[in-house]
Formats: sequence, C-alpha cells, structure tokens
Amino acid sequence: MINVIWALMAIIGIVYAMINGTMEEVNKALFEGADEAVTLVISLTSVLVFWLGMMRIAEKAGILRGLSTLFKPVVKKVFPEIPDNHPAMGYILANFSANLFGLGNAATPMGIKAMEEMKKLSGSEKASNSMITFLVINTSSITIVPTTVIAIRMEYGSQAPTEIVSSTLVATLVTTISAILVDRLLRRRREKMRH
Amino acid sequence: MISIWLVPCIICFVLMVAVVKRVPAYEVFVEGGKEGLKMAVSLLPFLLGMMVAISILRSSGALDAFIELIKPILSSLGFPAELAPLALIRPISGTAALSVTSEMIQLYGPDSFLGRLASTMQGSTDTTLYILTVYFGAVGIKKMGDALKVGLIADLIGIIVSVIVVSWMFL
Repeated sequence: MINVIWALMAIIGIVYAMINGTMEEVNKALFEGADEAVTLVISLTSVLVFWLGMMRIAEKAGILRGLSTLFKPVVKKVFPEIPDNHPAMGYILANFSANLFGLGNAATPMGIKAMEEMKKLSGSEKASNSMITFLVINTSSITIVPTTVIAIRMEYGSQAPTEIVSSTLVATLVTTISAILVDRLLRRRREKMRH
Repeated sequence: MISIWLVPCIICFVLMVAVVKRVPAYEVFVEGGKEGLKMAVSLLPFLLGMMVAISILRSSGALDAFIELIKPILSSLGFPAELAPLALIRPISGTAALSVTSEMIQLYGPDSFLGRLASTMQGSTDTTLYILTVYFGAVGIKKMGDALKVGLIADLIGIIVSVIVVSWMFL
C-alpha cells in the first residue's frame, strides 16, 4: 500500500503541476524536500546516538527491566504477544514515558529499539500485531504537556496559553483508546481470515 | 518548566544506578551510540523519499486544490471548513502541520474557538506517515499490514474528538 501511496503523491503532484503551471515550484521543491530530509537526519543523528547510548546503559543496569515489571499488568493487556521480561517491553515503556513527558526526541530512538526487539520476536519482514499496536499508540500520541503548541500560543499573545492542555489531554486519551479498540477489531478480523 | 529538570535528572539516575551496579558506563554508552549512528544512516533514504514526494504534492498546488474541493463537504458535516487544511496535513507532514497551526492561530487569534481547536488538533495526534516511515524503515519492515489503515483511522477519530471536546469545553 505504501508503494502505491508514495508513487501517487509524486505522480499527482507532477501531473497537477503540468496543468496548473507550477512546474517551477515543483522543481525547487524536489531539492528542498531532499535537503530537508538530510537536515532532519543530521539532527536526528545526535539524538539517536545520545539516547541509544543512555538507553544501553539503562538496559545493562537493569533499569528497563525494573520499568517493565512495574507496569507489567497494564502493558501485558495491550501487548499480549510479548513474553514477560522481554527487552521489547522495557523499550516500549521507555518510549511511552518519553512521549508522555513531551520528550519527543528521546521517544524516537526508544521506539526504534522497541521495534527492533519486536522484530526479533516475530522474525519476519511483515509487521506483527504488537508492532501495529505500538505504532497506533504512537501516532495518536499521549502527551501531558504539548509544549510546542503552548509556545506558539504564547507567541501570538494568548491570554491563557495553557488552557488547551485539558482539551488536548481529553482528546488524546479518547483517540488513543479508540485507536487501540480499532486495532483490536482489525486484528480479530485478520485472525479470522487466516483460519 | 518540568522538562528543564527532567532530562538531566533521568541521565543522573541512569548513571548512578550504572555506577552502583558496576556497569562499564562509558563503554556501554559508546556501544549503544554506534548503533544509533547506523540507524540514522539507514533512515535517510526512507525519509528523503517520503519528504520529496510530499513536497512535490504540496508545491504543485494539488494538495491545496484538494482541500478546496472537500471544504464544502466538511462544512456540511458540521466541521469548521477553515481548519480543513490542518486536518488533512496533520497525518502527512509534521513541519507543514506546525506551520499551518501557527498560521491559523495568528489568523483567528489563539483564544478564539478556531485557535483553540487548531491547538488541540495539533497537540492530540502525531504525524502518522512520519512515524510509519521512521519506525518501519529503521528496522526493515516491508509489509506494513493494517498499520497505515489503523493510523489514519486514529487520525480521523482524533480530529472528530478534538472538535467535540473543544466545542464542549469552550462554547
């Protein structure tokens, strides 16, 4: 699916530019988009190296294992396929905590590690049930304090920049829970089709 | 304010436990860091491909044309048409969504209904396409299964819930 979507985005854009006369903008955007990606990866590099180094220490020191024992009852329900005390659990929890506290750039490296561990579990190139659940929770992002949005609101002279914290929290909670439910529904359908 | 203390405290805690448990902290850090470097390099082609396609789509004007097209449909469903661009761009591109949110907040005022709704929508979901690209790309998952579908459904739910919650809390 992603192959088709990717190709279609570019094709639709280029064909539309032919009709619309925006070919010049498209030419410029081609290389701007590529440049942006390189810049993004460079800024990600520092974050990845630092946090994966720290996380490796946390793993070796047994902190991740402690974290997963602490939250096992809750997480076990959401990820029934991950065995007890598997390192994937620790990384999943580290990723959630980083997201929760708004440490977006620490969340990404831990999320990637979690995916890696889940791949070891499934041993295939196909996304496993746990991976899909993990990604869905990440895309609906539980954040307690949306720092970027608050900063923008302050910049434009809001009387109460933080008043959206409560509405964001309610929205994100409802979204995450419904996303988990939709995921469960589709998972059940997948399993039925296999039988 | 919490976040200023949080990161240094986490680092301090991890290092203290490591020293107590006699983990060779520096060596282990470097070992983990090397892995991070490899990950960053392997991510580049995934991100570059995705971002080029998105910028073609945006710069050609096709995305804006599509938004104009579906605006009337959205407003007939009771969704504020002014925020259609944000709702559509949010799952596709994080940087674009952030700039659209800023524009909306500037245009309608941060404390207006639309300003609050834009803030809530921006804060309550993440960029699905980016997350899928990065996470699946980094570990080499080729078949995404239902991930994209569920991610996009979650975004749709997020947008609808934002409208309901903001109307209920602030109107």
